[in-house]
Amino acid sequence: MAPLGARSVSTQIVRNRMKSVKNIQKITKAMKMVAASKLRAVQTRTENSRGLWQPFTALLGDAPSVDVKKNVIVAITSDKGLCGGINSTSVKVSRALHKLTSGPDKESKYVILGEKGKVQLVRDSRSSIEMTVSELQKNPINYTQIAVLADDILKNVEYDALRVVFNKFHSVISFKPTMVTILSPEVAEKESEAGGKIGDLDAYEIEGGETKSEILQNLAEFQFSCVLYNGALENACSELGARMSAMDSSSRNAGDMLDRLTLTYNRTRQASITTELTEIISGASALEG
Amino acid sequence: MLRHAARRLASRAAAAPTARRALATAEVPAEAAEDSTFVEAWKKVAPNLEAPKTPISLMQPRPPTPASIPTKLTVNFVLPYKSEIANKEVDMVIVPATTGQMGVLPGHVATIAELKPGVLSVHEGNDVTKYFVSSGFAFVHANSIADIVAVEAVPVDQIDPALVQKGLADFTAKLGSASTDLEKAEAQIGVDVHSALNAALTG
Repeated sequence: MAPLGARSVSTQIVRNRMKSVKNIQKITKAMKMVAASKLRAVQTRTENSRGLWQPFTALLGDAPSVDVKKNVIVAITSDKGLCGGINSTSVKVSRALHKLTSGPDKESKYVILGEKGKVQLVRDSRSSIEMTVSELQKNPINYTQIAVLADDILKNVEYDALRVVFNKFHSVISFKPTMVTILSPEVAEKESEAGGKIGDLDAYEIEGGETKSEILQNLAEFQFSCVLYNGALENACSELGARMSAMDSSSRNAGDMLDRLTLTYNRTRQASITTELTEIISGASALEG
Repeated sequence: MLRHAARRLASRAAAAPTARRALATAEVPAEAAEDSTFVEAWKKVAPNLEAPKTPISLMQPRPPTPASIPTKLTVNFVLPYKSEIANKEVDMVIVPATTGQMGVLPGHVATIAELKPGVLSVHEGNDVTKYFVSSGFAFVHANSIADIVAVEAVPVDQIDPALVQKGLADFTAKLGSASTDLEKAEAQIGVDVHSALNAALTG
């Protein structure tokens, strides 16, 4: 700010500020367009993949409140930022799940997909993180990549129940945190025998020479890869939608700021003109005297 | 005449909300299926955070087992990148289970079958649609709904016979020259899939 009694306030400062705000507005508008175009492509694929996990839930039911010893929370987050609050929501939900599923003789571990989740969870739960995966979206998400990843995860963690946490894409402005529970084959058998929500697995005949436990093992692995694929796609969609709205509000803010700065600029300019005029006039009148 | 018009308007206005209300109640049960124990436990741990949604609340509930055998089988055939067949009523489905081709008719006993590479055929009246399926699972539920989840499927008429022969020859050669167990397993899988493709084209 210029000190009191200065001759003329420089309009240069305000002009520089206006130039940088205008650049920011252009950048955020461009980012919004990019996110919108990417969203169109991913959204069709996400909607097509929504039928993938439904047969498993129809067969096995869903047991989110199952009580097991080893819980693994698989949190799907994004790698890039500037996408609003979706990663924070996922992390909050994961932390609450961790609290819910930890106890005297049960433990809960994290598997984190995506940089943003890792950064937030490493701060306070570093010991509970089993493994992290990043650069999910370097190439467009496809089932083969996710199947390999699911295989990797299943090889490295022991689990009784896997809980996959992601943001489900409902619309461009609405993303709801969702959690899918996948039980390990032993737990699934136990739950189905005990009755309860799993549904009557015993009523189903197993076709083929393999035993029930082998089939359940394959089933659990397949279910995990399908759920992970759908979850990754939904999260990618939510990320793009959130980025679109974040960049939109950011460019709108930049526009408002630009308006205010323009007014300030005009006031400053007029004030300096007035000051010069008054000086000239008072100087002239002093000469006439 | 205006009096009658007013009465008719009033009766239509009375009828419309009830019609709308009937539609509203028809939709609610599909959404309300949520796990209350989970929501309760969640509220204790994180009272300010909304509980995450679970799959049960996100899908339509399945119809219960009917008393008599229905006439048609409802088929859902899903792939990772699309739902090939969704809630279609057909007469019969033949799936390539690991034990061989398994025919599923309405009223089939509830089964879980793992699939091997082979031909899936859907019979509707006189139309038969054949797909070559890579592998996956098939669930037949007691309410005559069949869910088939496959990793990859192509209609049989889109398969190129020349490429199939070439692939078969390649993988047989690789199987012969494979040294480690992993290579042998990969080559064996290639041979199996290509022979199944061959059979699909001829059969």
